[in-house]
Amino acid sequence: MDALILSRIQFGFTIGFHILFPTLTIGLAMFLVFLEGLWLKTGNEQYRRLYRLWVKIFALAFGMGVVSGIVLSYEFGTNFAEFSRATAPVLGPLLAIEVLTAFFVEAGFIGIMLFGWERVGNRLHFVATVLVALGTLNSAFWILAANSWMHTPAGFEMVDGQFHPADWWAVIFNPSMPYRLAHMVTASFLTVSFVVAGVSAYHLLRGIATDAARKGLSLAMWMALVLAPAQIFIGDLHGLNVLEHQPIKVAAMEGNWETRAGAPLLLFAWPDEVAQANDIEIGIPHLASLILTHDWNGTVPGLTEVPPEDQPPVAIVFFAFRIMVGLGFIMLGLAVWGAVARWRGRFYRSRWLQRCLVAAIPAGFIATVMGWITAEVGRQPYTVYGLLRTADSLSPVAAGAVAWSLATFVVVYALVFAAFLFFVHRVVRNGPEPAPDKRQDAPEAMRGARPVSAVVSPAEGD
Amino acid sequence: MDLTLVLAGVIVIAVIAYVVLDGFDLGIGVLFPFARTTAQRDLMIGSIAPVWDGNETWLVLAGGGLFAAFPGAYAVALPAFYLPLMGMLFCLIFRGVAFEFRMKATTTRWLWSTAFAAGSMGAGFLQGMLLGALIQGVTVLDGHFAGGTFDFLSWFSVMTGLGVMAGYALLGAGWLIIKTQGELQALARQWARIALVATMAAMALVSGVTPLVHDEVAERWFGGWNLAWLVWVPLAAAALAVLLWRDAGVAERRPFFTAIGLFLLGMFGIAYSLYPNIVPPSVTYWDATVPESTQTFLLIAIAVTLPMVLVYTVYAYRSFRGKVRPGQGYH
Repeated sequence: MDALILSRIQFGFTIGFHILFPTLTIGLAMFLVFLEGLWLKTGNEQYRRLYRLWVKIFALAFGMGVVSGIVLSYEFGTNFAEFSRATAPVLGPLLAIEVLTAFFVEAGFIGIMLFGWERVGNRLHFVATVLVALGTLNSAFWILAANSWMHTPAGFEMVDGQFHPADWWAVIFNPSMPYRLAHMVTASFLTVSFVVAGVSAYHLLRGIATDAARKGLSLAMWMALVLAPAQIFIGDLHGLNVLEHQPIKVAAMEGNWETRAGAPLLLFAWPDEVAQANDIEIGIPHLASLILTHDWNGTVPGLTEVPPEDQPPVAIVFFAFRIMVGLGFIMLGLAVWGAVARWRGRFYRSRWLQRCLVAAIPAGFIATVMGWITAEVGRQPYTVYGLLRTADSLSPVAAGAVAWSLATFVVVYALVFAAFLFFVHRVVRNGPEPAPDKRQDAPEAMRGARPVSAVVSPAEGD
Repeated sequence: MDLTLVLAGVIVIAVIAYVVLDGFDLGIGVLFPFARTTAQRDLMIGSIAPVWDGNETWLVLAGGGLFAAFPGAYAVALPAFYLPLMGMLFCLIFRGVAFEFRMKATTTRWLWSTAFAAGSMGAGFLQGMLLGALIQGVTVLDGHFAGGTFDFLSWFSVMTGLGVMAGYALLGAGWLIIKTQGELQALARQWARIALVATMAAMALVSGVTPLVHDEVAERWFGGWNLAWLVWVPLAAAALAVLLWRDAGVAERRPFFTAIGLFLLGMFGIAYSLYPNIVPPSVTYWDATVPESTQTFLLIAIAVTLPMVLVYTVYAYRSFRGKVRPGQGYH
């Protein structure tokens, strides 16, 4: 394998790993704002217990996001130096502003959020939580502006093979940016809804802290009921935007080789890039045209509009898109099931619903990653769509060096991810701290909550 | 006004802020194995737990800022330093996750202590190597990196690696003198002196060797009357070192800030030696920069946001002022 394909795999792997954590922290930060605000307003101790539980998971995920994110800010240069050189005048300021207005805000206030509650008091602590949440959202805004520009470049002029800015407003609010931003932020909130719902369901199934767990499940399932259909609607709008600006990507998503009217929606197919056709096709007639053009006989673009060397890897895009959409509808189904159970008064008792919600904890993450794979692999063979080819974006770097770093990333990320899951599982299994008046009776659940006991415990030395 | 020079100043400030701030918390990791008890290690890590993430953000700003302001340097230096950069990132991953994992671990606590110490040492060492490799220079043809994968590796870069690691330990010891008391503070005072000797030895070696290897650097310091007005640099370094040695036994705050002074002198020396190159021997700040429209936009953004960053960074530090309390590293 050459340095190009190794660098692409490495970038895809490291950014795919990274996106798991912002997906969790963007939504979770907002959930924490919500919980702390409710606690301050109502004084209901259950909200504070939930906050104390979820802030532990937030801290773990935030740390993972930080360390895997630093990697990316250097990988542009180490592996895609020519991309960096060509796009820096346009993309550089967006990333710099992200660091200055998002990363620093998050990093500055996460310390107070995690360690400073006694030092700064309730009010300022709440401000810190709000600022961290706004920081995560702001980060999403700038990074998605930069990413969207790579798909739908605008507001630039070419000077000696370099993109120079001509209109910053057009650069930032490029044609796909509002859709992509809305789709990603909603994905994060929806993912977190199912994480909170799943963990609360797990607590209910195991009889852990049922008061707080009921509150968590109820909040999460209301969120899911609103967000799951909203996300499908936003996704459809985003798809129409892709059809307008990147029709070949849509052709790959649909597995559609020849441009045709009344195209079927393929439920399954086996795309064959050599034959430039599908080996097997099972589809619903006319449905793709109806969805994409809102017309029974609308024209759907085909991949063969461009020569094979300008087509993206079709099978990856085709299947990733199907997995994403499938999971989206599964989440919608679960949200509706929850609403029906609530209506019939069996919401907290339906053990099958709770088991399914536990199983659905990873659903949002997988859907988000599959969505990103659809978008980014679908952008190939370009880094800046239609203008800069991935092959021309590469650094002058040796294949052996990239092979080494890729292998190390796989091992290191597997290790820290296993540890992350282990510790998250432990936090979840221990459940929320007991309510204040019961503290004396439950020393076991205090582990981790009362730091001094852990510090002085001689059995836990290192 | 030459905007390129202003942007160069911003990048230099970001690098200085990174080296000083993450320097002291990486230094805590370098000193970590030398603590005597688990309680001491808890205090050490607790003293930086609320601030390390903000410190490391300066590294992202340095990288992102270089990308935005000097892509011609970013696109040359990063491929040239592929292996040490990747190594540094792996080290930072291990030490970064160790903060949360160590706090929550029971039976595997030793593992995360090791990851924290080894990751900090490795990151400090590799950052020093990157510095040495930069001073050595990068082979460039037509504005593109044209050297080999292992060009960064030399006895010189190994020496700068060890020197920076020692310097970080010195900063870390200075920080601990401020943040701790009793037995741990007494230990930190010893560590400060040992790290000071190692740091000064490395600085002297680098300052002595660089002009011997690079004629341009020699000319810059010793040509004409240059030395007459530059002689204050080594003299000031020597004076600070003496002051630090004496303070290490008694003062609370001054050792840390004196150590920062030493770092500032060292970085002034390097930037002055390399100027006008950002990537020696051939890529200047002006070769590497972006068009003026980007420069203007960047500088406006920086002028609006950086003062705010400084204000709340100071606020965050002030929230945790005073001696570190047992249990501060937990939540």
